[in-house]
Amino acid sequence: MLNVKEIHSYYGESHVIQGLSLRVDRGEIVCLLGRNGAGKSTTMKSIMGIVVPREGSVLFKGKDVTKLPLHKKARMGIAYVPEDRRVFSELTVEENLEVAYHAVRREGKWDLKSVFEAFPVLKKLRNRKAGNLSGGEQQILVIARALITNPELILLDEPCEGLAPVIVEELEKIIKELKGGVTILLAEQNTRFALSVSDRGYVIEKGRVVFSGSSQELTSNEEVQKRYLAV
Amino acid sequence: MRKALAALLLVSLFVFPFFSEMFVLLFATEILIFSIFALSFNLLFGCTGLLSFGHAAFFGIGGYTAVLLAYHTHMGFIPILLLSAVAAFFSACIIGFFCVRRDEIYFAMLTLGFGMMVFTVVHQWRSLTGGSDGLSGFSLPELSLLFAKVSISPPKTFYFLTLFFFLATLLFLKRLLDSPFGLIIRSIRENPERSAFIGVNVSFYRWVSFVIAGTLAGVAGVLFVFYDRMASPSMVHWTMSARPVLMSILGGARSFLGPVIGAVVFYILEYIVTQFTENWMIFLGCILVPIVIFFPDGILGSLEKWIAKRRGRK
Repeated sequence: MLNVKEIHSYYGESHVIQGLSLRVDRGEIVCLLGRNGAGKSTTMKSIMGIVVPREGSVLFKGKDVTKLPLHKKARMGIAYVPEDRRVFSELTVEENLEVAYHAVRREGKWDLKSVFEAFPVLKKLRNRKAGNLSGGEQQILVIARALITNPELILLDEPCEGLAPVIVEELEKIIKELKGGVTILLAEQNTRFALSVSDRGYVIEKGRVVFSGSSQELTSNEEVQKRYLAV
Repeated sequence: MRKALAALLLVSLFVFPFFSEMFVLLFATEILIFSIFALSFNLLFGCTGLLSFGHAAFFGIGGYTAVLLAYHTHMGFIPILLLSAVAAFFSACIIGFFCVRRDEIYFAMLTLGFGMMVFTVVHQWRSLTGGSDGLSGFSLPELSLLFAKVSISPPKTFYFLTLFFFLATLLFLKRLLDSPFGLIIRSIRENPERSAFIGVNVSFYRWVSFVIAGTLAGVAGVLFVFYDRMASPSMVHWTMSARPVLMSILGGARSFLGPVIGAVVFYILEYIVTQFTENWMIFLGCILVPIVIFFPDGILGSLEKWIAKRRGRK
């Protein structure tokens, strides 16, 4: 479904992503692991086109989308959940969801009703301004806002960052429930969390893939864990 | 409580012309016209998050088109209004197309630049616009209502005509802001980048908002020239663009009726202060500075917050 081929991305003059390739198939949850600064977020941004790769290409369902504007990618079915998880803080929870629904207009299983069924906590808070929610509630809202556009692929960037362990467990449950229904590429520093929800993983270091394998392989490979993931 | 207050206000808007002095009637008409102008500006500023310093361009284009049509043709009021709105619409399409490519200060500078260009054209093209003298001495168009032709010259008639457009503008904007379009432009105001992530074509929606705002400003301009019996270059000067900015901030840009309250306060203050001194702008400044510092939500916005807080406590 997603095929990233040999991309090179820069922040100004610094060469952050140096020939990275990866693929995600339909229905998979794939994680992107690596230390802080390894290039996880930049990879996500390069796929979405917030940082446009200077070389290489990003294929989505066989089409080259490397240089497509952001909103067109969203309409093709790629939902991006950035790491700073900013909601539209002056809009209510319900309005946050509605705006995404109307902006993309992709019909499917998810609408306001089914999102509220899946996330009762949001239903309870529907008329609250999103800016007044807790960090965990905002993260759930942002994920729900991505789902309501009925995406085929979700790019989840560091969903656990700054969340309390209890909320991380909640998030783990949510992602496991979504499994099979949507395809997810997950960038995460919390290795335990990432491996527990995903099927496969890539380990990146200095903008290159240094290891890839199934989540079991990654869990059992102490060498890789020590070299690239230990803090 | 809110509904009762709104109903009372509405009734008094309809009833007071039958008891009031001529001066008050004219004063109220002008406030209503500027309320429409300020509301149209605030669709861009308060709702879409774009600060325009050139909104008078469309006010003036609407107004000058109307005067030129009244001067050179025998059209009635409604066709003149429609054609002038179309002129404002097309100029907003063109100017907006370039302006929405940037936001924040760059957008403000682009609108200021285009506004100055329009001013220069109006000011220099003497043969068409009368240059600095403006255009006056035209006969007012008649308003065809079903079978009757009505003169819009009596102040009371013109007041009700203006009131009609004012209420229509309110109704239209209310519905617009409650629609998905309204939600989307508010999300753009909150965070344009995030809106693009969820699939919003940000510059397109900004453009649409710009064009609607420009067209409405054109309608306000038409009413203004027939109220004032002339079109003058001051209509397109940048100081005219500053008026809706001041009114919106004064009343509260985040409140639906903020620009209206701002227009009312602006005019009443101007009236009081100019009785004592010519330099009323100094007084306006003295009032504006504390409002921006202590009540950034404006008069109405702060009032709404205060009421909400008191309700919350109960």
